[in-house]
Amino acid sequence: MAISIKDVEYLAHLARLQLTAEELSRFSSQLDEILSYVEKLKAAKTQGVAPTSHVLKLTNVFREDQVKPSLSTEAALTNAPDREGPFFKVPRIIDAS
Amino acid sequence: MKYVPVIGLEVHLQLKTASKIFCGCATTFGAAPNSQVCPVCLGFPGVLPVLNRQALVLGIRVALGLHCQIQPHIVFHRKNYFYPDLPKGFQISQYDLPLGTDGVVELPERKIRIRRAHLEEDAGKLIHKEAEDASLVDFNRTGMPLLEIVTEPDLTSPEEAYLYLKTLKAILEYLEVSDCDMEKGSLRCDTNISLSSLTPPSPLRGEGKGEGVLGTRAEIKNLNSFKAVSRALHFEIQRQTKVLEEGEKVQQETRTWDDVQGVTLSMRSKEYAHDYRYFPEPDLVPFTVTPQELEAVQKNLPELPKVRAQRLAQQYGLSGADAGVLTSSKGTADYFEDCLKISSASHAKMLANWILSEMAREMNERNLENISGLKFPPAYLVELVGLIESGRISGKMAKEVFVECLKSSQSPAAWVESKGLTQVSDRSTLKEAALGVIQEQVQAVADYRKGKDQALMFLVGQLMRRTQGAASPAVSQEILRELLEERRP
Amino acid sequence: MPLTEKVPSSRCPGSLTPPDSPFPLTAQELQSLYQTGKTTPSEVVEALIRRIEGLEPKLHTLTWFDAARVREQAKALERQKDSKGPLWGVPVLIKDNICVQGVPTTCASKILKGFHPPYDATVVERLKKAGAILLGMANMDEFAFGSSCEHSCYGPTRNPWDPTRVPGGSSGGSAAAVAAHFTPMALGSDTGGSIRQPAAFCGVVGLKPTYGRVSRYGLIAFASSLDQIGPITRTTADCALLLQTIAGFDPRDSTSGNLEVPNYLKALEAGVKGLRLGVPKEYFVDGLDPQVKQSIEAAVAKVQKLGMRVTEVSMPNTQYAIPTYYIVATAEASSNLARFDGVQYGHRSPNGQTLLKMYTQTRGEGFGPEAKRRIILGTFVLSSGYYEAYYGHALKVRTLIKQDFDRAFQEVDCLITPTSPTPAFRLGEKLEDPLTMYLSDIFTISVNLSGVPALSIPCGFTQEGLPIGMQLIAKPFAEETLFRVAHAYEQATDWHQRQPQG
Repeated sequence: MAISIKDVEYLAHLARLQLTAEELSRFSSQLDEILSYVEKLKAAKTQGVAPTSHVLKLTNVFREDQVKPSLSTEAALTNAPDREGPFFKVPRIIDAS
Repeated sequence: MKYVPVIGLEVHLQLKTASKIFCGCATTFGAAPNSQVCPVCLGFPGVLPVLNRQALVLGIRVALGLHCQIQPHIVFHRKNYFYPDLPKGFQISQYDLPLGTDGVVELPERKIRIRRAHLEEDAGKLIHKEAEDASLVDFNRTGMPLLEIVTEPDLTSPEEAYLYLKTLKAILEYLEVSDCDMEKGSLRCDTNISLSSLTPPSPLRGEGKGEGVLGTRAEIKNLNSFKAVSRALHFEIQRQTKVLEEGEKVQQETRTWDDVQGVTLSMRSKEYAHDYRYFPEPDLVPFTVTPQELEAVQKNLPELPKVRAQRLAQQYGLSGADAGVLTSSKGTADYFEDCLKISSASHAKMLANWILSEMAREMNERNLENISGLKFPPAYLVELVGLIESGRISGKMAKEVFVECLKSSQSPAAWVESKGLTQVSDRSTLKEAALGVIQEQVQAVADYRKGKDQALMFLVGQLMRRTQGAASPAVSQEILRELLEERRP
Repeated sequence: MPLTEKVPSSRCPGSLTPPDSPFPLTAQELQSLYQTGKTTPSEVVEALIRRIEGLEPKLHTLTWFDAARVREQAKALERQKDSKGPLWGVPVLIKDNICVQGVPTTCASKILKGFHPPYDATVVERLKKAGAILLGMANMDEFAFGSSCEHSCYGPTRNPWDPTRVPGGSSGGSAAAVAAHFTPMALGSDTGGSIRQPAAFCGVVGLKPTYGRVSRYGLIAFASSLDQIGPITRTTADCALLLQTIAGFDPRDSTSGNLEVPNYLKALEAGVKGLRLGVPKEYFVDGLDPQVKQSIEAAVAKVQKLGMRVTEVSMPNTQYAIPTYYIVATAEASSNLARFDGVQYGHRSPNGQTLLKMYTQTRGEGFGPEAKRRIILGTFVLSSGYYEAYYGHALKVRTLIKQDFDRAFQEVDCLITPTSPTPAFRLGEKLEDPLTMYLSDIFTISVNLSGVPALSIPCGFTQEGLPIGMQLIAKPFAEETLFRVAHAYEQATDWHQRQPQG
């Protein structure tokens, strides 16, 4: 088994995803199937092969250090689910114990 | 069992660019909340980063100033984690191909190795609202360019850590890459410490790359001043020693410094270990710096503190110690050299003396980091020293004049003029006063006649008192001697 | 009124075409009508609005459509005194993952419900500057995760050729709308085939440009190193016209190529004589629907007759494409989707009293099952202890796959393959088993991994009347070659003139 329910639970926490028990079980078996398929990749011989992170071989793309207009505070906050004055508001960060 | 501290320091430096690292928002401190933001630094859906060239240039300048090796192939990575001040849910940073590695900062006793210097973007600011169980987020700071400078755990005491920070700050000031202001958050510091029972590691022998046999590291955050770093480390040494002496193991954890109570506290919120899942940032291309470009930056590096101290000592005949203190802050060294632009080089030692004693004392009393805070420009100091050297006022008087000028913001010459307080060197005036002294101080005169030279100094003192300190001591002495000789019975 | 002119019956039959609707105009045809004063943008949009109102309830191609705004745009264009841009008065539909300022842009996901971007994507800016009419937002698989348009929070789009079947995905809405004549042009996005496959299923033309040819600024990212925005149209010429307008360097996108944009329309007429065509043998294996195979073979024969030299080539690393893609793409996606956390925009769960609960509930409620699967898979392949074996290894295999293309293009100018192993499948057919859905991407995925351009063009129909598409692939920045071959083929056939019959 490539991936267990416990693994999926841990990964879901890393990704901040609340899953129902049904989703946990369904996803584990689906992902297990997918990962078993992905094992195919092991047969590919990659010794001495460099990884490709970027297909277009560009380097040194810069912008110059010039100030450009910012968004207005209102525009920045226009989609905010919760706000207080010019601030975004979130529930308090407390220790998860 | 004697334990030796094994200390490392991590400094986050905000680089002084006009705009943010990946977008064009301004970087000015103190702007209204969420007013220096745009879709890019807010991490809105669909946005992409583009690197500010100046951030890379300044980063390279620091890396070279710290004698680092510069990476030929510079790559950015994503550091993935969730926090409300991190809008994209990842920070663009560097992982295994950082800008600079293997540098060094020289302290008098020891060389501190710099493991790495790398570029990354800053996060936003959180304001916690206790009463409401809520936090407020201001994203102005998100996307500010940061350079993270990490030492090897080569530091062996809180004092050494403090000295490292002061030395590093001076270097950074000289490089003109940042405001280096801990209060404004342009310089931030975390430390890590463990205790070892081994002898102190010697960086010169390439030792000290890991922790000692017994130690596991505690990382300390929330340090808002260099003094706090030193205090926190002292506390940690005590705490960890106690733990070890009780036969327990020191926990590998992150702790926060409580400046009010003077203790470190465990931050138990990290139940799950952070797995940052670093991978190369696909939205940014790699960056290469040619040897020619590096040479150009190296050539244009400003004169660093150590070199400047050596030059000043040589040029102006200052002691090594004095030159060292003078150059420990760029502002002070600049002040000194500005004075010498308008003054004769022969006054150099006196100028240095005044800066290191009177001015330093005033700065200390007023808690000033920068000499400019005294509002006593180089021209004024030069004037003051000039008044002393020309004999118009005595050294003693000058100290009072200085204090008064700080209060009134007048120039020394103007103040002295306004008070009519010039040192009396005019012989006829003094002669009269001196005659008066000789007539009064019969015993002292008699002593002098008996050959006691000390009595002459006593008479000079009396003459000074009679003229309210305005008499030039040298001239007073001459006149008294002359008169005493004239009147020799 | 020119729009009620009688149309040759071979071009416009069937119940999908109410009698008073316009005959299907391409953008070029519209432009020529505008130039000769035979119609106006207001007239055109009115006809399209009627058509959409009539047929959209059945097909469900749109996530947002505001008729009043469309009319306003048309009127504003007509008031314009200055010179007209290259797409003046041409309606273009925008996929729901491309930011349009002030317009709900949601990636067909609950988690972005109500999100109005405060900025336009670069391609949208260019369309506006060119005088195009933004018709509305097109349905898609949520966050572009899918090959059927069934993973939309708004419900699936239906294939205009057979509404019991999928239009393909993820740009299903865009392709279906073009096929149903709601619009002559649409923008889609393609990460693993999401423009080409729906274009094939819907019998229209779809292009994935070279990686870096079109700016990604404003495209809500799925996989940053694979995504490209591209045109979906009914003819090759329209495709070239739309690409011309949106392509080119963008200083806001570090990965956009700084190469001059050639005159694509001019390139169309160059013909195919002497061009070399490669047929990769690994693409013609078991699992390929025999009718699809037949169509492609006939197409090869056709272009050979037109003057192309045909050779067989080998791309041995094709078998690794799907697993490589599902590691690289999901890894990047898991990171790109971390910003959807309820803090600044979109859905925030009402059930989150602590920050942690707010995060997990928001994302649990907001993402659909396919999005969650991919996020978990992506998180896994990047996680400590697994990175080298999965992500690190996949990036190296990607190099091998790219090298297959580099080698092939030393021998030939253009490759030809089926776009999809089957024609459009039925709604619900592949929903139970994600892996089955992934396997249908076999022919399109290598293209994204290598960054080369590829175009899908209709090349036949099955006996059930379902469109079949062929894929043409060229080397980086050689879109001109694709247009040459596609246009020549199109001129010699009439697949593109057939209309859906409902």
